[in-house]
Amino acid sequence: MATKNKKKKEKEIFALGNEAVVEGALLAGCNFYAGYPITPSTEIAEEMARRLPLLEEGVFIQMEDEIASLGSVIGASLAGRKAMTATSGPGFSLMQEHIGYACITETPLVLVNVMRAGPSTGMPTSPAQGDVQQARWGTHGDHPIIVLSAGDVQECLEMTVTAFNFSEKYRTPVILLLDEVTAHTREKITIPDPSDLYIYSRLLPSMPPEWYLPFEDNMRGVSAMPPLGSGYRYHVTGLTHDDHGYPTSKPREVESFINRIFRKIDQFFYDIQIVEEIYCQDATSCIIAYGSVGRSAELAVQMARDQGEKAGLLKLKTLFPFPRPAVEKMLRQCASVLVPEMNMGQISREVKRVNSGQSKVNTLNRIDGQIITPAEILKKLLKG
Amino acid sequence: MAKVTQLIHNYLRHTKKFPHVFCPGCGHGIVLGSLIRSVHAQGLSKDEIVLVAGIGCSGRIPVYVDFNTVHTTHGRALTFATGIKMANPELKVIVVMGDGDAMSIGGNHLIHAARRNIGLTTLVLNNHIYGMTGGQSSSTTPFGCYSTTTPFGQMEKEFDISEITKACGANFVARATVMQANLMDRLISTALTNPGFNMVEVITPCHTQFGRKNKYKTTVDMYKWLKKNAVPIEKYRDLSPEKQRDAVSTGVFTHNDCAGLEQKYIQMRQRIRGEI
Ligand SMILES: Cc1ncc(C[n+]2csc(CCOP(=O)(O)OP(=O)(O)O)c2C)c(N)n1
Ligand code: SF4
Repeated sequence: MATKNKKKKEKEIFALGNEAVVEGALLAGCNFYAGYPITPSTEIAEEMARRLPLLEEGVFIQMEDEIASLGSVIGASLAGRKAMTATSGPGFSLMQEHIGYACITETPLVLVNVMRAGPSTGMPTSPAQGDVQQARWGTHGDHPIIVLSAGDVQECLEMTVTAFNFSEKYRTPVILLLDEVTAHTREKITIPDPSDLYIYSRLLPSMPPEWYLPFEDNMRGVSAMPPLGSGYRYHVTGLTHDDHGYPTSKPREVESFINRIFRKIDQFFYDIQIVEEIYCQDATSCIIAYGSVGRSAELAVQMARDQGEKAGLLKLKTLFPFPRPAVEKMLRQCASVLVPEMNMGQISREVKRVNSGQSKVNTLNRIDGQIITPAEILKKLLKG
Repeated sequence: MAKVTQLIHNYLRHTKKFPHVFCPGCGHGIVLGSLIRSVHAQGLSKDEIVLVAGIGCSGRIPVYVDFNTVHTTHGRALTFATGIKMANPELKVIVVMGDGDAMSIGGNHLIHAARRNIGLTTLVLNNHIYGMTGGQSSSTTPFGCYSTTTPFGQMEKEFDISEITKACGANFVARATVMQANLMDRLISTALTNPGFNMVEVITPCHTQFGRKNKYKTTVDMYKWLKKNAVPIEKYRDLSPEKQRDAVSTGVFTHNDCAGLEQKYIQMRQRIRGEI
């Protein structure tokens, strides 16, 4: 999302990560928010409550719980809105059933989960990255999903725009994972000129209603999606369905349906994989990090370079589908990689899974509600 | 073909393979018939209607009808409907739920939808049992009745769905049995046109899962029982508590016409945008 022309209507503001999410969402065309308050995500709801009614068709609604929040976001999306919700730990757990519903009905939406220390109520105001595997596998059944992360306030804005674009393009829920540090950091960011942004909106059917098949396969594996009430009457169900949307349990239809929803993500992997390579070219050791830890890692790499160490950093912005090619490249190139995370090793297990003996995978885990500092990372990195 | 059957056929999906999933004698189809007659009587178009359902036998109703149809998750139909209505207030959003759906797992959403008085038409098909999963007890299974999870009789007191919804502030609350086709048509018609949150509770027999365990030899016995025991709400209030226990009160429990939440939201938006 480059903002090249400085003469354009760019704006600099001083914002929280959570506020930047709202800026990004509004730029992406979001005009519906439903949610339930929970620390440390609440500022997203509060800012939406102020901003959305100012839009011509904006809707904000506080629901009775997180199950209801995601339910009404799905309803709004089916009715044609770009819709989102935000939550944290316990609320994210409550949303799992409806994430699966959005996957199987191919309903675009954005869900921001600001990770706090768990399990259960845990430490509501402390950061963690403990929901990474839950974001991938929390809802039951085999399903594809896109999980993104952001590590600073500018990235919160940018990745929210990306989350909306992916959700609309691939007709899928997209989960954006922040952690408490990123969400509650206040710093200067640039709000880009809307005309500099690439904004994608779901494809609408061009054929007459009689020809329309709501879940038909095509080259992209993604069919057009008309809003409810636009003359294209069809059936939406959480039951496994055929291309009309009617429930089916015929093995052939079931298999082709599940294969298609996986394929629509897999075949566009290179569009979805977003990573940032810092000093990676000549690196002999590498850090793989995401979220606020990626920020500490960036300084650690700088410090290592200052000491003459050929260190590099691979920052993951897409967490799932797991950016395997980018990670494999570093595993081949480096004698050791270090994966620091604020959990017991949820991304390092993915790194180890794709490693197959090419490199030494070291971990650095903190689960005490404290951030991982650059010095800690540097120390561990230099140990090899 | 009877005229009314022809009318109903006009609203069924021709691309959907029948037969349907309902047991012989199930009351759910009667409610669907009444809904279609009411939609027709009110001159609503198929395109403007969104029929939303939860999970259960009742949840299988939408797939057969040629409206915009959304079969959601167990207990949560009202949350989806709330999103749809807030997103597009022009749509006529109808919600169909079973008693377990609406009042057990979904009770929280029902009371909040009623409190918000959001513009929805809600039909609760109360058969006092979990039909789809094989006859477990519901929060509406009457005290003393048998189910697969109350093999020695229900010890808990049951919910009165209509009284609760009324207490929560819904604009329109009414109850009928499937034996009262005309009353049901009238109530559903009102529920389709009145602003705010409207709920019609329909008492419907499930012989397969409830009747057989509770001393109704045949489906017909259940229909006969409903016919005999339905009492207009005005008369019901004068009955002794003894007699009330065996009666089903029917008719209109409350009827107001306050603006629905979605309309109030539009007004608020116009006010702060300086449009009014
Ligand atoms: C979250 C969840 N829990 C449980 C179920 C299993 N289940 C499906 S239908 C149903 C009960 C249906 O009873 P009711 O709502 O009264 O509708 P009916 O089948 O009688 O029409 C249950 C418990 C489910 N689908 N989802
Ligand atoms: S189990 Fe009961 S509610 Fe379900 S279809 Fe049969 S009769 Fe109807």
